Parts: sequence; C-alpha cells; structure tokens
Amino acid sequence: MTALITLNDVTKRFGGLQAVGHMTFSLNKGEILGLIGPNGAGKTTIFNLINGYYPPTGGTIFFKGDRIDGLKPHKVCRLGLARTFQVVKPLARLSVLDNVMVSAFSRTNHRHEAEKTALEATAFTEMDAWRDVKAGSLPLGMRKRLEMARALATKPEVLLLDENFAGLNPTEVVSTIEIVKKIHGSGVTILIIEHIMRVIMSISHRIICINYGEKIAEGTPREVADNQQVIDAYLGVADA
Amino acid sequence: MTKKNLLALLPVALVLLIPVATQSPYLLHMFILSLLWITLGQSWNLLGGYTGQISYGHAAFFGVGAYTTAIMVKSGQPPATAWWGLLLGGLSAAVVGALIGWICFRLRGSYFALSVLALSEVLRLVAVNWRQLTNGAEGILFIPAFTSKTYYYYIAFALAAINYGVIRWVMRSKPGYYFLAIREDQDCAESLGIDTTRYKLYSLLISSFFTGAAGAFYMNYMGFIDPGIVFSIPDISIMMILVTMLGGAATKWGPTVGAVIFILVSEIFRVWVGSGHLLFFGVLIVAIIIYFPSGIVGAILDWRARRRRLSAAGSEA
Repeated sequence: MTALITLNDVTKRFGGLQAVGHMTFSLNKGEILGLIGPNGAGKTTIFNLINGYYPPTGGTIFFKGDRIDGLKPHKVCRLGLARTFQVVKPLARLSVLDNVMVSAFSRTNHRHEAEKTALEATAFTEMDAWRDVKAGSLPLGMRKRLEMARALATKPEVLLLDENFAGLNPTEVVSTIEIVKKIHGSGVTILIIEHIMRVIMSISHRIICINYGEKIAEGTPREVADNQQVIDAYLGVADA
Repeated sequence: MTKKNLLALLPVALVLLIPVATQSPYLLHMFILSLLWITLGQSWNLLGGYTGQISYGHAAFFGVGAYTTAIMVKSGQPPATAWWGLLLGGLSAAVVGALIGWICFRLRGSYFALSVLALSEVLRLVAVNWRQLTNGAEGILFIPAFTSKTYYYYIAFALAAINYGVIRWVMRSKPGYYFLAIREDQDCAESLGIDTTRYKLYSLLISSFFTGAAGAFYMNYMGFIDPGIVFSIPDISIMMILVTMLGGAATKWGPTVGAVIFILVSEIFRVWVGSGHLLFFGVLIVAIIIYFPSGIVGAILDWRARRRRLSAAGSEA
C-alpha cells in the first residue's frame, strides 16, 4: 500500500492553545479513511493543515512524496488534493454551474472544457436540476452537495470531505452515501470527517479517532468502536 | 449574425453618428465627458464591482496617465499624442498599479482600499512639489492637437468601446470567473485552485491601464491639468465609485447609465444652481444604497428576473 498523504509529528498551536499535537498518520491510496472525534477535537484543523490554509507549527506533511506543508491552498489544490468545507462556502451570487466551472478552470484555460467538466461534475453529484439556481438560494442539502461537485471538478486524486452529511435528512444521507461511494469507485482516495456514526462506520475502511488534538485510536471501524478510550471520549468516564 | 445582434448595433450606429447630427461644441463636449466617464466607471467596475476589490484612490492612475502625456508634450513631443499618448499613459498607470497591487494584494480586507487612497495623495503632493518635472501647482498647459471636437469624440468613443470589449471578453473567460470567485469568497477561491493574489493583480492591471489611458485622454482634450484636478479624491476617485454604484456595480451597462446621469446632473447644477452638485450626489448615493443597493441597472435586472420567475410559477400553476 502506498501512502498518498503522510502527516509526520504535525503540531498546530494557536497562541497557547494546542489544536493538534504530534499527529502522525498516513492516508493510503484507494482507501476511505474516517476521522472522528468529539467537537473541538481538531479534525477540521487537520484538514486546514493538509489543505494549506494554516501552516503547521511543527512537523511535516507529504503528498505523494513531496512536502506540502507551508504551500498555499491553491497550489495544494493543483497538486490534486481537493476539499469541502464544513461551513459551506457557496459563491452565493453565481449559479451552481458557474460555481463548478470556477473550480473546473483549475485544469483548463478554455471555457467550453470547463463547462464540460462542470456539467459532468453536476451530473455525477445528481445536481442537474439545480444548475441554473443561484448558489446562495440553495437549500442546505444541496449546498453540501455543491461543495462535493466543486471539489470533484478540480479532478482530485484525494478528496477531503468535511462533515458533508451534517444537517441532511435521512433520504439525503442515503443518496450522499451513494455519491461518496461512486466518487471512491472512480478512483479517488477519500479522507472523511463525520459525526454520524452510521455513515462513518459503514463507508470507512479505517478510522482514526482524535481527542484534544491527539490520536487516541486507529483501526478498523469495529476496533475503534470497541476501544475504551474512544468510548470514554464520547460518553465520559463513569464515576468510580 | 442574428436579427437581435443587428438590432443591438443600432444604438451603436446612432452614437457614432452624433457628431454628424450636431456640430454644437457644447453638446459634443457633454458627450465626450460622458464617454470619458463611461471608461472610468467601467474600469472601476472591473476591480471594485466584479473582483470585489474596492479602491478609494483611482485618481492615482488617472493622474499618472494625465501627467505622463503632459510631461511628454512639455518635453517637446508634438501634441498629436492624443493617439499614442493614451497607450503610454495607460502603461505608466499600470506600472503604478502593479507596484501597489504587488504589495497590497497579499493581504485582505481594507489594506488595498486605504493604501491606494494614500497613494493618490502621495502622488498629488509629488506633483505639487516636483516643480522641474510637473511645473508644480501651476499645472501644465498646452494647445490641444485638434480644434474640432469631432476627433476627440471618436477617440473617447474608441477608448470606451475597447474598454467595454476587453472587459466583456475577460469576464467570459477564465480570469472573469476567477474575479467573481474572489469577490464572493477568497478562502473558497484559494481552495478551488485560484492564486488570489495574482488574479487580483490582473484585475487591477486592466483597471489601472484604462483609467490611465482616460487620464491621458483628459490631458489631451482639456489641454490643462494641475495636481488638484487629476489627483482629486472627491472629483475623480469618489466620482468613479459613485458613477458605478449609481448605475449598478458588477453589471454590464451600469457604469454607462451612471456616467450619463452623472454628467447630466453635474451640468444642470453648474448651469442653474452654480454649486452644490457634490452635496446632491452625496444624498443621491445614500438613497441609492438604501433603496436600490444594486444600482439602477441592477434594480431593473432584479425586477425582470422576479417577473420571469413569477410568470414561470404562474404557467406551472
């Protein structure tokens, strides 16, 4: 198994607060790796470090053997690493298709090619009917899906999904699971943050659980679910 | 070419025929000023409207363009620079734009808006004090190349039309999509692979080039400039914003509508009231921001979109 992304002893401090500490893990080619942990555990910060939004305070990050820590997000994106945002960031006054075209332009200079890629990405994420709607007036479920369509249009090798299921109704959850599986089936490696256990347990090959910025468990979904430290982190420690 | 395209050419033809229809220097002067302000409004709109980078100091570029031509003529070039002087004025303004953009566009927020405001004041003071080069506060005077206003009319028209064409072309291609993305959300734009610093700079380069060319045209046409005129914050920098906001920022025809109303109202005030047009525009812009935040053209577009949606909903019911 070859590692696509490797974090080596990565630390991020904001002033005196350590958001991520000594984080070391690899994302292997072809897998779906789940990242779980209680609120504020540092999951999104890890995405922001990989994506280049923050430089790490210490440690190194590699993508396909090249160091990417300290690179700007647009450079990381061009290397083939796309992400979605937990707090969705639609380009509000642009139509859905234009939103996706913007990201498709990262791989081409030609309008018609960008449009073609954007049409494919919206079809892939089953957003055809929403193409001409202004992104700012989309319902939340579709905004989350637009994040995925845009990330896909940059033709990534690795996709970082940040809570794409949060706030979805049960029907939307089922269809989004199908889309994530379809994306994975097309050869994209996925690192996913998710709170809905049913989702993360069913689609991840491997799960890492973090708490207070540190890794507390790593393994198959079953192993992580049975881990006492994970149970304590989520449910608290019983009084003796 | 479709029928609709041919119809769209009709107003262009009419505008081109204006100097044939009237030889009145006064009317032509009004039209020339309108065309000049269309160019200025469009230039500001590209950076402020489409790219979302507000500039409070575009007079910096206007003044640099004007002074480039003025100094060239003063140093012995024939005043026929009305033609190629525009190019040089635009280029020197773009160089100034490149410098300030290169420094400021790494940062976000109000840094650029305020730095460019400071820049225009610095340049005004340089123009006042560097007497050997600029003749100081007395300004520079020369006899314009053409006595007939018809020539200037066509030069101003060509400048506005080329500016319009370039902006339309840019907005339909990759940089245009990137400008809009930067305006909407810079974090998101970065994560979609956009080098935001670089594309903000591209937008500024085009905007400052055409503002500088307009400044050079102003010098050639009026035959006189001084630092207080061309580096003026209220008369140039603020008016460029006002013209754009009035007509509608980030719309195709907003700056044109804004420029025509601006010239018309300024003239009415000059002739019948004497002064106070700045006060009037101040009140007008407050009203526009409260009642039509997307400007006149923006409001019309919104209204038409709403009507289309309503009739679509009606036909379904």
